[in-house]
Amino acid sequence: TLNKISSSKFDTPSKRDDFEDILEERRNSSDLRYALKCYTPVLYKGLTPCKVSELKQMVLQSDQLGYVITQVSKEKGMTTDEVTGDAAAILEEMAQRLQLSTVRFFAFTLSKVFKTLFRSICVNEEGLQRLQQAIHNHPVVLLPSHRSYMDFLLMSYILYTYDLALPVIAAGMDFMGMKVVGEMLRMSGAFFIRRSFGGDKLYWAVFSEYVKIMLKNGYAPVEFFLEGTRSRTAKSLTPKLGLLNIVMDPFLKGEVFDISLVPVSISYERTLEEALYARELLGVPKPKESTSGLFKARKILSEDYGSIHVYFGQPVSVRSLAESRVNRSQFNLIPRHIPTRPSEEILSFVNDSAYRLVRAQEENMVLKPWVLLAFVLLQKQAAEDKQGTALDEFTEQAVWLRDLSRHYGLSVLTRSAITPEEELLNQAVVILSCVSYRNQALNVFIRPALLASAIHTAASNRKQEIYNGFSFLRNMFSNEFILCPGATVQDFEEACYLLVKTGALQINQQEVLITERGHRTLAFLTSVLDPFLQGYQVVCRFLCEEDCLTEKQFIPAVRKFIIKHLLTGRLRYIEVLSSDLQKNALAALIRLGAVQKIKGYVGFTHLRVPCWFDRLSGYPTLTPMPFKSVVAHL
Amino acid sequence: MCHTFPALTSDRSSRICSLLYKHGSSMASNSSGSDSSDRQRIAQQRLSVIAGHLQRPVEGNSGILAAECKAQGDKLDVSSERRTVPRRRQEIMKWNGWGYSDSKFLYNKKGQAEFTGKRYRLSGMIIPGLREWMESTFGANLQHKTPAAPILNSSAVQPPTLNEAFLKELKSTGIPFSHDAEDRVFRSHGHCLHEIFALREGKIGRVPDLVVWPNCHNDVVKIVELACKHNVCLMPYGGGTSVSSALECPPEETRSIVSLDTSQMNRILWIDEKNLTAHVEAGIVGQDLERLLNESGYCTGHEPDSMEFSSLGGWVATRASGMKKNIYGNIEDLVVHIKMVTPQGVIEKSCQGPRMSTGPDVHHFIMGSEGTLGVVTEVTMKIRPMPEYQKYGSVVFPNFEMGVACLREVARQRCAPASIRLMDNEQFKFGHALKPQVSSIFTSFLDGLKKFYITKFKGFDPNRLCVATLLFEGDREKVLQHEKQVYDIAAKFGGLAAGEDNGQRGYMLTFVIAYLRVVLGFKYTLVLDICRNVKARIVRECKDKGVQFPPLSTCRVTQTYDAGACVYFYFAFNYRGLSDPVHVYEQVEHAAREEILANGGSLSHHHGVGKLRKEWMRETISSVGMGMLRSVKDYVDPNNIFGNRNLL
Repeated sequence: TLNKISSSKFDTPSKRDDFEDILEERRNSSDLRYALKCYTPVLYKGLTPCKVSELKQMVLQSDQLGYVITQVSKEKGMTTDEVTGDAAAILEEMAQRLQLSTVRFFAFTLSKVFKTLFRSICVNEEGLQRLQQAIHNHPVVLLPSHRSYMDFLLMSYILYTYDLALPVIAAGMDFMGMKVVGEMLRMSGAFFIRRSFGGDKLYWAVFSEYVKIMLKNGYAPVEFFLEGTRSRTAKSLTPKLGLLNIVMDPFLKGEVFDISLVPVSISYERTLEEALYARELLGVPKPKESTSGLFKARKILSEDYGSIHVYFGQPVSVRSLAESRVNRSQFNLIPRHIPTRPSEEILSFVNDSAYRLVRAQEENMVLKPWVLLAFVLLQKQAAEDKQGTALDEFTEQAVWLRDLSRHYGLSVLTRSAITPEEELLNQAVVILSCVSYRNQALNVFIRPALLASAIHTAASNRKQEIYNGFSFLRNMFSNEFILCPGATVQDFEEACYLLVKTGALQINQQEVLITERGHRTLAFLTSVLDPFLQGYQVVCRFLCEEDCLTEKQFIPAVRKFIIKHLLTGRLRYIEVLSSDLQKNALAALIRLGAVQKIKGYVGFTHLRVPCWFDRLSGYPTLTPMPFKSVVAHL
Repeated sequence: MCHTFPALTSDRSSRICSLLYKHGSSMASNSSGSDSSDRQRIAQQRLSVIAGHLQRPVEGNSGILAAECKAQGDKLDVSSERRTVPRRRQEIMKWNGWGYSDSKFLYNKKGQAEFTGKRYRLSGMIIPGLREWMESTFGANLQHKTPAAPILNSSAVQPPTLNEAFLKELKSTGIPFSHDAEDRVFRSHGHCLHEIFALREGKIGRVPDLVVWPNCHNDVVKIVELACKHNVCLMPYGGGTSVSSALECPPEETRSIVSLDTSQMNRILWIDEKNLTAHVEAGIVGQDLERLLNESGYCTGHEPDSMEFSSLGGWVATRASGMKKNIYGNIEDLVVHIKMVTPQGVIEKSCQGPRMSTGPDVHHFIMGSEGTLGVVTEVTMKIRPMPEYQKYGSVVFPNFEMGVACLREVARQRCAPASIRLMDNEQFKFGHALKPQVSSIFTSFLDGLKKFYITKFKGFDPNRLCVATLLFEGDREKVLQHEKQVYDIAAKFGGLAAGEDNGQRGYMLTFVIAYLRVVLGFKYTLVLDICRNVKARIVRECKDKGVQFPPLSTCRVTQTYDAGACVYFYFAFNYRGLSDPVHVYEQVEHAAREEILANGGSLSHHHGVGKLRKEWMRETISSVGMGMLRSVKDYVDPNNIFGNRNLL
């Protein structure tokens, strides 16, 4: 069903960039070397480089903060020095201490963790190129969607990977509770803000000035979550305006030429917090963030969280947002350093911008097919359809829903990164594991199955003719199954006995007759042998087309050949991809003298394959089994 | 409780002159005979004889009438002999560009840039660096020239729409007039890029139908009366240096348009040395005014960059600013008394007191009215004794930020020299490109040494450093003291004194740069941000509009005030490959202006509004403000005789 939903030429809407898996390289090269790589990001062209400590000094000495400090000291009857001390303490609590060594440490450990947790982390490289350009030209604000704690580590990880400037990240104070980790995060660029500080003028002044100074000076891209907190339900939360207001301010007041806002959509196939969220929503309180808690959570390392898609959207220029919306000259009537409550006009402008940005995040989310299946399942569940749904019906509904949603602008995912070959092999993995279950019972059915196939292809009901066919097949497959040498007659007898016993056949002296109710049994039994027949046929056919091969070349070559035919739909059974079957087939052909091993050099000639092929082709391996029913058996 | 009042006495030539003394102060002066009034007296007598021959109607003050008439060889009225601006301006000035016909930049046979003529310090010199600068800065090169239409094609000019009745009565007054195509075209434009560009391409739109040259205030009164009587549109014309489309004839105007050229009203009528004022006809151009006053040992100190060509009346009508305003003030500080002829009659104050508390100052309706209310005919201006000592100077700063901080500090300490200007890096490089070929090996060696010292020894980045040019004036001792004070402040901001020569060249550049084109002026308080944003906006707009080469986008701080500063932005781009470069230019300029307003800049520091900047007036001065101006216009000129449609 998934296959059906996702296989469609509409999968990759043209406006979207292609994704690139960054974990692939991590799986193929040294993490340590990666963590220690030369890191020279492109920086903002107007940057005046400064240290973390200088940054703090700039904040404390700014006119803006100075004004508020004087105000607060008058209100509270404190000296300005005392208030400045308070401000310095707030800043100390808040400030980040971005350090490359810590970033490298994270780059190393996260590589390990990500590789265990996720199948792939896909990133649109064009988006990153755009981002690089934006960072060079203007101060940049990164606005990722927020579904998981993972988000900001992931962001920094990707930016480090692509040699882009590392952001400073506005993080909730709750992280600070995690002792070591809190400090580590600080050193990887996080700065901590209290969840609520509504009335605290001084706090607000320190905070907003700190953010603005980092942004204006182009110290680093500023990253924060428009949604304010993680969305527990994977629906976007309504945007919070405070920080957006702060970062837009330098533009509105003409302190910078422009600011680029970059919406980033992070789609998880499954978030780490999946179960946690559900419990939380049901009233089970969320555990306080703590370092030990994090270690306890390491059991999640053993699970598969699928892949992550990170889409860096088109940078949005604040200048163009404000164009013909905001009259910037109004800001010139009050000195810039005096904090003013934004006017209604500005608030509504910021609000509209925030919604536009969250929409941009939503639009670039990558959806997996189960997202649609979940719709169908939940609706069924609500309809108290307890018996479950027939697969066909289910599939039909899902496909209908896919088409509908496509008309509504939904872009379902994204097999785009996977080639059809890969997809086929992925399926084959599942099928071969399934086959290994089936095979356990194969010995029970093999003899009746050989007989059934012989009957199926025989031109008449004559016993002798059927026996000949049985003997041929038995001979053919004696490398495949345990068939005692020289026991052809016994096996034939046994097969006949069993089929008669189940009432599928009536046997007299000369003829073998199929009973009315025997058809079903026989059809099943023929199908048991079909994959093997088809496998041997295809090997023969391959050998007919190939001239001369070494033994080593045989398996890869025949696999390629089979994949080609599977993809064009000429072969039905994916299990013929099994190299075991291919080897057995070759061994059988050698045993039967159709193929000859040439001594002296490794290789073989095949003189009589065509005739064996002809004989085998007498056994149509037909009744093409629709693929979906294979899945159904799973 | 400090009001001022004038004490009136009459002088020997029966003219009324005011003496001012401030109540309770000891600053009184009297009008006892001075050299100039002796000379005046003799002049007056001779003039009145000639005036009798001319038989022109005499009304009001005969002294004035005497002064306005021709007086060949008279010592005071030297302007008729050495007059800079003849009636037929085209005899000495370019009809399709800035300034004198004989002064221009061109590439000589060797492909080197050269500035021709004899008028400027740079004239006749070869400027080896200019070509390279032009090529590297915006890819301009010799292979791509756009030749201008060489001479005016009179047939391209629409025949004049003449108001016969008006013409008939005008003839009877004896005031000279002309409807010659060249004369009319010359007065149909200022120096906005689009105006010059159209002329160079030989495109001529609506031009005045008639040019009149009044000789004095009374001539103007007559012309205005006739215009009102016959419903003719009047457009005052002074120096023609407008950069605000103020001289463009409104295409929708159906009446006959008469250009009132004040250039022949160019006399200094009197100088009052006791009160340090001079009464001057408004048509005089800046250079003549200064030269004539200098002969008597005085100056006004008002030196706008256009002073070679711009006129006193124009300064008043646009609220002009001079480069030495730190000492002498801007035009509003310099003007003591104004006489203006309006359709409702003549407006002037009854006295020449330095300050009045008599409701809103009516001078402020006149200053900046841009020819929409009437014609300024005579102005009394403050004058100063010529400075004993003048010294140029320059300071190199490591970057623009430091330079601005220094200017701020200088303004805070209120010790700004007569002029202090800060050029950004691009402009510094341009100034460098305009350096003439050095005459000796020694000079070039010294230059090299200086460059080495600044860039290598002091570690200044040649792509970031910027230069402030200074001009000190006053008595020698004070100038030297002042100079030290300013250099000390500069040193605190990393500034290095860079010599007199650089400073002087900086100011010379001001006059010469106009030959290369394009100036905009603005005021603001947030220098650094505005400079960066506006320059960035210009570059971006140029790119968006398809300009192939990066534009030159540069600025300089030309004036400092206690509460702000004035910044000039220059931009230039290579228009190769653009189908409509003028339109692109206008779009870019428009965008730049919006950016300036958004960043807290004013619409204009001193060029005025004209028609070019009209659309932003309402947002600049509010609707009520517009209403106030409107109602003044409606009262003073209900029939829109002064119909140039500027400002409102």
